[in-house]
Amino acid sequence: MIVEVKEKTVLCSACFNVTVSPLCPICADPRRDATQLCVVEDPRDIVAVERTREFRGRYHVLGGALSPIEGVGPEQLRVRELLARIEADEVAEVILCTNPNLEGDATAMYLARLLRPLGVKVTRIASGLPVGGDLEYADELTLGRALEGRREVDA
Amino acid sequence: MAQYRDEGVVIRTIRLGEADRIVTMVSPEHGKIRAVAKGVRKTKSRIGARLEPLSHVSLLCWQGRELDVVTQVELIDAFRPVREDLHRLGAAMTMLEIVEQFSLEHHPMPELFTMLVRALETLERTAAPMLLGAFCWKVLALEGFAPVVDSCARCGEDGELVAFDAADGGFLCRRCRRGQAVSPGAVELVRRVLGGGLAGVLGEPAGPAAQEMEHLATSAVELHLDRRLRTTRHHLAEPSASSAPGGQGA
Ligand SMILES: [Zn+2]
Ligand SMILES: [Zn+2]
Repeated sequence: MIVEVKEKTVLCSACFNVTVSPLCPICADPRRDATQLCVVEDPRDIVAVERTREFRGRYHVLGGALSPIEGVGPEQLRVRELLARIEADEVAEVILCTNPNLEGDATAMYLARLLRPLGVKVTRIASGLPVGGDLEYADELTLGRALEGRREVDA
Repeated sequence: MAQYRDEGVVIRTIRLGEADRIVTMVSPEHGKIRAVAKGVRKTKSRIGARLEPLSHVSLLCWQGRELDVVTQVELIDAFRPVREDLHRLGAAMTMLEIVEQFSLEHHPMPELFTMLVRALETLERTAAPMLLGAFCWKVLALEGFAPVVDSCARCGEDGELVAFDAADGGFLCRRCRRGQAVSPGAVELVRRVLGGGLAGVLGEPAGPAAQEMEHLATSAVELHLDRRLRTTRHHLAEPSASSAPGGQGA
């Protein structure tokens, strides 16, 4: 029998991840690198990035993406909180990990412009083809971007 | 259920269930289309990426009672340069919002659709600062709301026009003036946009008169729609630390 333990969930006071304590386990973990901040739209995106085991920094949850046509502007997202964290913590790199769609891209462009003057390195996750997929089934926009983002092959 | 072919420009998509999306588009033959795209949120679906907002596509759909169903999508143009520039993207989103507001389901709108696609294609080639303003005036003219710009909209006098009042149907002379004060430069721009000088206007740089012309245009559109445009209140372009919410200068 599976017993579901229901604890009251709250938002982490630092990164706005969903958690049961004031600080989420990632923010509370001193081994996580405070100089790298990965910006995501939704707490579920943290789960996805964590599964890669590639990232040892911390997160910031925006709570959505810019969507002017739906009336979602920067003031509806946790942009102010992001700026405050960058000023307070010793963040050296902000990784923009918003969704690879129109709203996510617009959000990344907006944040890049906003953060550049703060002297912090701003990067955007690459977008490309799914591993294990066939090139012939790729859509034009993804394949076009993958071509643009090509890298030299080390041999 | 009937099957139909059309073109479309995607306005927005919203999630439906686990893997589907409801897509809102504008089309030349069917006006506004709301259709379900099945399975598009799975990575293997090519259709999903083609139905991103802003994309110009050709479609095959089944007509449904409330929502149609998209069965085939081919990409005509994704307007990538527009997606990758906040300023152009902001202008494009406002154009999409306006066209959506002027469109109705099952009401063909070939001219309005062509106007939208041409404007997006122009924006793809160049960041034409006056494109959005010009687009608004052209749409208003197409919908039968062209402002009077050659003489005073109230008294018909030929003299200098110094004000704009959308409720009066256009620009006003010094004697009749009410509404918004306008500069001679902005009046001249509107005159050229509506009088066959569009190409010339689109090649010109930004400036105070251009800004004024765009502001007049979007407020005239808002008056005719009897609704504020959401996209003009959320200017994506040129954020600075001081204009950000809660920024230093706020
Ligand atoms: Zn946290
Ligand atoms: Zn008059």
